[in-house]
Amino acid sequence: MLTETKVSGQVESLYGIMAEFDDPESLLSAANQARLEGYREMDAYAPMPVEGLAEAIGFRSNWVERLVFVGGLCGAVGGFMLCWWITVVAFPHNVAGRPLNSWPAYVPITFELMVLIACITAVVGMLMLNGLPQPYHPVFNVERFARASRDKFFLCIEASDPKFDPTATRDFLERLNPQEVTDVAL
Amino acid sequence: MKPEDQEFTSVATLDPGPDKVIGPGHDYGSVTDEIGGVVFRPFLKTPRQMFFGFAFAFLLVNLLMIAVTWLFVRGVGVWGIDIPVAWGFAIVNFVWWIGIGHAGTLISAILLLLKQDWRTSINRFSEAMTLFAVACAGMFPILHLGRPWLAYWLLPYPNTMWMWPQPRSPLIWDVFAVSTYATVSLLFWFTGLIPDFATMRDKAGNATARKIFGALAMGWRNSAKHWARYQKAYLLLAGLSTPLVVSVHSVVSFDFAVAILPGWHTTIFPPYFVAGAIYSGFAMVLTLAIPVRRWYHLEDLITMRHIECMSKVMLGTGLIVAYGYAMEAFMAWYSGGQYERYAFVNRMWAGGYWWTYWVLILCNILIPQALWSRRVRMSVPAVFAIALVVNVGMWLERFVIVVTSLTRDFVPSSWGMYYPTIWDWSTYLGTIGVFLALMFLFVRVLPAISIFEMREVVHHTGKEPTHAHGD
Amino acid sequence: MKSDEPLYWRSLEELASTAEFRAFVEDEFPNRAPDWNNPDSRRGFLRVMGASILLVGAAACTKQPKEVIVPYVRQPEELIPGKPLFYATAMSVAGVATGVLAESHLGRPTKIEGNPEHSASLGATDSAMQASVLTLYDPDRSQTVTHNGSISSWGSFITALAGARDVAGLKNGLGFRILTGTVTSPTLATQIQDFLTEFPAAKWHQYDPCGRHSARAGAMAAFGKPLNTIYRFDRADVIVSLDSDFLSATVPGNLRYARDYSSRRRAAAENPNVAPSRLYIAENAPSVTGSMADHHFRMTAGGVAGFTADLARGGTGAASPEARAVLKDLEAHRGSSIVIAGEHQPPQVHAFVHAINQALGNTGKTVIYTDAVEASPVDEISSIADLVKDMRDGAVETLLILGGNPVYDAPADLNFLDALKRVKLRAHLGLYSSETADWCHWHVPEAHYLESWSDARAYDGTASIVQPLIMPLYGGKTPHEVMNILANHADQSAHDTVRGYWQAYHKSDDFDDFWHISLHDGVIAGTALPEILPLTAKAIDQAAIASLGATAPAGLEIVFRPDPSVGDGTMSNNAWLQEMPKPPNKMTWDNAVWISSKSAERYGVTTGDVVEIEFQGRKVDGAVWIMPGHADESLTVHFGYGRTRAGKVADGIGFDAYALRGTGALWQGTGVNIKRKSGGYKFANTQHTQTMEERDPFRAATYAEFHKDPEFARPEEKRVAKDLSLFPQWEYKQHKWGMSIDLNSCTGCNACTIACQSENNIPVVGKEEVAKGRHMNWLRVDRYFKGPLDDPEMYFQPVPCMHCENALCELVCPVAATVHSAEGLNEMVYNRCVGTRYCSNNCPYKVRRFNFFLYADWDTQSLFGVRNPDVSVRSRGVMEKCSYCVQRINSAKIDAEERDQPVKDGDIVTACQQACPAQAIVFGDLNDPNSRVANLKRQQRDYGLLEELNTRPRTTYLARLRNPNPDLEKG
Repeated sequence: MLTETKVSGQVESLYGIMAEFDDPESLLSAANQARLEGYREMDAYAPMPVEGLAEAIGFRSNWVERLVFVGGLCGAVGGFMLCWWITVVAFPHNVAGRPLNSWPAYVPITFELMVLIACITAVVGMLMLNGLPQPYHPVFNVERFARASRDKFFLCIEASDPKFDPTATRDFLERLNPQEVTDVAL
Repeated sequence: MKPEDQEFTSVATLDPGPDKVIGPGHDYGSVTDEIGGVVFRPFLKTPRQMFFGFAFAFLLVNLLMIAVTWLFVRGVGVWGIDIPVAWGFAIVNFVWWIGIGHAGTLISAILLLLKQDWRTSINRFSEAMTLFAVACAGMFPILHLGRPWLAYWLLPYPNTMWMWPQPRSPLIWDVFAVSTYATVSLLFWFTGLIPDFATMRDKAGNATARKIFGALAMGWRNSAKHWARYQKAYLLLAGLSTPLVVSVHSVVSFDFAVAILPGWHTTIFPPYFVAGAIYSGFAMVLTLAIPVRRWYHLEDLITMRHIECMSKVMLGTGLIVAYGYAMEAFMAWYSGGQYERYAFVNRMWAGGYWWTYWVLILCNILIPQALWSRRVRMSVPAVFAIALVVNVGMWLERFVIVVTSLTRDFVPSSWGMYYPTIWDWSTYLGTIGVFLALMFLFVRVLPAISIFEMREVVHHTGKEPTHAHGD
Repeated sequence: MKSDEPLYWRSLEELASTAEFRAFVEDEFPNRAPDWNNPDSRRGFLRVMGASILLVGAAACTKQPKEVIVPYVRQPEELIPGKPLFYATAMSVAGVATGVLAESHLGRPTKIEGNPEHSASLGATDSAMQASVLTLYDPDRSQTVTHNGSISSWGSFITALAGARDVAGLKNGLGFRILTGTVTSPTLATQIQDFLTEFPAAKWHQYDPCGRHSARAGAMAAFGKPLNTIYRFDRADVIVSLDSDFLSATVPGNLRYARDYSSRRRAAAENPNVAPSRLYIAENAPSVTGSMADHHFRMTAGGVAGFTADLARGGTGAASPEARAVLKDLEAHRGSSIVIAGEHQPPQVHAFVHAINQALGNTGKTVIYTDAVEASPVDEISSIADLVKDMRDGAVETLLILGGNPVYDAPADLNFLDALKRVKLRAHLGLYSSETADWCHWHVPEAHYLESWSDARAYDGTASIVQPLIMPLYGGKTPHEVMNILANHADQSAHDTVRGYWQAYHKSDDFDDFWHISLHDGVIAGTALPEILPLTAKAIDQAAIASLGATAPAGLEIVFRPDPSVGDGTMSNNAWLQEMPKPPNKMTWDNAVWISSKSAERYGVTTGDVVEIEFQGRKVDGAVWIMPGHADESLTVHFGYGRTRAGKVADGIGFDAYALRGTGALWQGTGVNIKRKSGGYKFANTQHTQTMEERDPFRAATYAEFHKDPEFARPEEKRVAKDLSLFPQWEYKQHKWGMSIDLNSCTGCNACTIACQSENNIPVVGKEEVAKGRHMNWLRVDRYFKGPLDDPEMYFQPVPCMHCENALCELVCPVAATVHSAEGLNEMVYNRCVGTRYCSNNCPYKVRRFNFFLYADWDTQSLFGVRNPDVSVRSRGVMEKCSYCVQRINSAKIDAEERDQPVKDGDIVTACQQACPAQAIVFGDLNDPNSRVANLKRQQRDYGLLEELNTRPRTTYLARLRNPNPDLEKG
């Protein structure tokens, strides 16, 4: 605990202040109160997805599904055009007496490529939007934060928040009866 | 805290019985530790069975190396294939492995969409199984080529000769379907692992492990925003994989359904191949899960409920397969087509392989009916035995379809038999070795059960987190 | 070839350094005699020796002979690289010649075609002729003159032989003997005769294991002189074959006979006003002729004599209803019928048949007699018997064997080898260092006919000049050159000798033109033997009839026949023939003891059992094959197998039937015992299903049924509407190649199969691979039995690629390695093929062949020579199949372009079509309404195999028509 109290006060070198909770429910309510308090720049950390948590910290985004839709569309069109182009333009041959444009035969490839590209965009898109991979992040400076991936729940109000004030914010968090409140060094 | 401390939780690893998906007394920490503990066990504390199991698998891998070397040196003639039976074990094994691969995606995707809570503790495991099964399957289409070193000619890539593949051929559909399936399964599996990599990173005792898992976790920090996007992506993957898993085995079945050969040229193939795939897939999951759960004392995470649910799925898909067989035979008769009819006469009694047909009926239809009885479903040894039987049966099904149909087609003068050689068998056993070896490595070095999803289970089962351990 | 020379020397040095080799060098003949009589050391040495000499042979590959040889084509006279030249020459089997055109690529013979101007060929060939070009390049051929097994030289042989002649000369040639096969070569005969006149005490013996002994003796019996019989099947309404397989290679002139016979049947099928001929056959084992017969009387070979006697009794006298019906038919067609006796039936039967034909007034109409084709016809059996007797009595000092292999194929009871060992000096001229060469002091490699200057007569006496296409690859010599040694002008070449003979024959100043034309045409004008008329055969008295009818054989009978593929064994080492499926049972790489199912039951044996055959005290072990349609109480065994010194191909396969054969029972005999020794012998057959399994790939009807229902071959349910398709059909604008195969003409003789193998560089895979079902023939001939399996009808159906317009193979190929050409060919792109074999699975005709291993021989240099440069040699892991001889299509199109004319019908002749003696195969352009193939496909008999699958095959069949005798049909 000593280390944390030391760093406190050095506002300019502060990323934010973090409160630790034991269970998702308390984290959820904490997040809600923080938003009511007027805080915007904050993030919550839980060892598993917690319903409503993102909304609680005022996060909204539907970029993933948009990307996936576009990706799927490209895959499908690309797949069909590939087959069509090969058989009609690039390599036209009389195969089994079938017409050059044997479109029914292209369906499987069209479908598979749609799924393939859509899935790749889903994962890559998700990672990019999450800013991953990201080798360094201040929250990891908090030793106990390791348990965010095990059994503890954290709420971090970031220094970038206009309403952020080292002492006031700390007091506010203390009031949410957390396990512990910690300054997060940059 | 040191991982050793939390290697075993205070929670007893007891099977909670058929109505619970998780043992009593678990909290977020305990599941994390129990699953993570498997990975962080000291090398020498690995269960002995794992050593023996891996040693055996590794022997088979070497057998495969020898078989493949000889195959490449001499040519596909080392196998028993001939004219008319130009496809033998290679294709049988290909379809068998692909089929096994299907359970994984099904469990992770379809059951996720159906919100089946019991899927959680087996999905990671079966996804891995999918990957390794597809890897084994993927070998065969290349090995069975007359000129395997030219396998890349099946891919559409610009080349100086300006030659392109022929997209009307089901084999090209295969290339796309199987490679898509492999890629998507890998993504699915890896995406599921990211939060657990983070967990392992944070649990890791020594620096190397932390570095490796840290790199794999890519800086995942369990942020609510990450989780939000993560869940969307995961759900979309599930939604896309569901039609994919259906399409893949349909495409595989096109290899046969599109051909004119009596016994292949059958419109019911796609649905019944898919059902068969899930059937064999679940059988394989059980075959692997039952021993692993025993060796690593995971009875409280892979509970009787899981085993019973999987038995039920087997029973159900098995019945669909049975219906498939019935329709195949009925249509052959009903069509009145001389060649179609003979294909089944040949399959059932006239041909040299008539007995395989009846063994497969026994394995895939008769014996699994025992699963109607709850007592059987509740007996781990019985379920294990039936799972093995189904694995054999499904392999025979592919043999009957691929080989028996080829032995006698249209022109009687060119009828002939097929006799597998030692190299056919070695290649088959070899891939089983590869599959097992990879499985053994997987359960040893990666969390075999999805930790964060188990935490969700703990959360949903509404159990208050205990403070059994902490600071 | 430069690179080979050092190799050659190195290997010689290696040899020289072996102890074995030094032993040969140091030793002198007398004290080494025991050593070189021990076969093992000698063979080991020769094998090594051969290996090294081979390279020299290969080096000689493309040298043309120095004398002027005359190409068949008129323009261009000179050699154009890439353009093959054709030379007319002749190939002799058992002395009787058939004219051929040999295709030569830059001086390298690659393919044999028939000579259209030769009466015995008319452009057709049989499988042996097709395969003979492989024998030319056979690396196992003997490659050097050997003396006592060690390498010697032609020069020292000359000295030795001349010496022997001089020694014998002191006693007018007493003790000097020459043994040849049947000789029809006028030149060789004259050379020998000259020698005999110079040395009256010397003797000339002739022996051919499968010669026309019975026919000769029969003619002697009937006419008092060994006349030659020629049949005119085109003029015959009724043909009665008494065990004569006249459509197969066992009968001289068979190619001509097949043409005549089929032309008559075809005419009747195409024109209702032409009456079809009717063929009866009595035989013990199914044969290709039997498969064409309208009535097939199954009886033991011995029983045929009784049947003949029955026929001789005339109308009412005949005992059996069959004989009565046949006689009735014959009587109804006096002067337009043929009764033909089997080559292998005893002389009496032949004598009877001559009389019967006489009585039926066929003589001079359908049955023509000429003087003997042989230069000096003798009873060859007694001829060799005398030789053996004299040798045993020590009366033979020098024996000169010109060709032939008596140690292997002489009648076993003579025990030729023992006698031979008593001869002081024995010299052998032969293609291979055979069993006989083994036991001769001197062996001289013989020149292959494609390396030789010689001449020979055809079945009708037509003489041809044999001209070489290439210098002897292995320094081979012709009999003429050997005889020149005896004639004391060893320096004279075979060319000069042959030319000299014909100069004497054609005494006029235009000889050069005569010689040029004769060489060019491949036949010497006006040498066909004149018909002998009038002629009376010795009438048959009742006593004779009684005696012949009485010889009803008791007990199990054994029948000796030349092998359907390798004949009498002279071509045993030819891999193409070994792998050629024998027509009746589709067996390769083996001979077997044929037996009927009933007899098999009776003697407790079955297919694959190894039995000990004991005949006249001689024993041989052979494997049993149950042959549908084989006569009961009869075994058929074939010659040509059980070789020990034939070469790598033939050594040690099958069993030696000659070891059972005796002078008393040349072709058949009773009183044979078989004892089962073991089971499970594995044969390698290319077809395992006997019947059509309630399907109808082969469609047949009687002429009567055909006239009633002309559409019988194409029943409603088999037809597919031309426009039955979900998508527009492709149009084939310029050419639309197609093929028609007339099942009414095809005899199943396999000539097409080997022609295809030779034309398309099809590899040989060996017995094990064939047994696995991996034979490579692009054009297979299917065999189906119809009716009861103990006495069925046998049908043959050649199956090449159908070149379907909706080719299922193309649809499933992932890399477009098989696609359709603009002219409708189903093309196989070897370089693109990755070998998924999906195409084969999806081919309903199963005509695709796969290189499971590297089947093509990339190592044996001498075999490179036989390859057709216009066809690529396939590598491992590649699919291949019939291409409709696309290389021939293209060269014809190029020629047409040069001539600046369209391709005419008949310009393109596929290899199979060219070889077919029955002209059953016709290829051409379906877009040309007047092309022969288009006309044939318009016939009502035309049907496509598996047409109902809507594959739209370009190859279609004309259904078989039978002409059974109503009287017998009822019975």
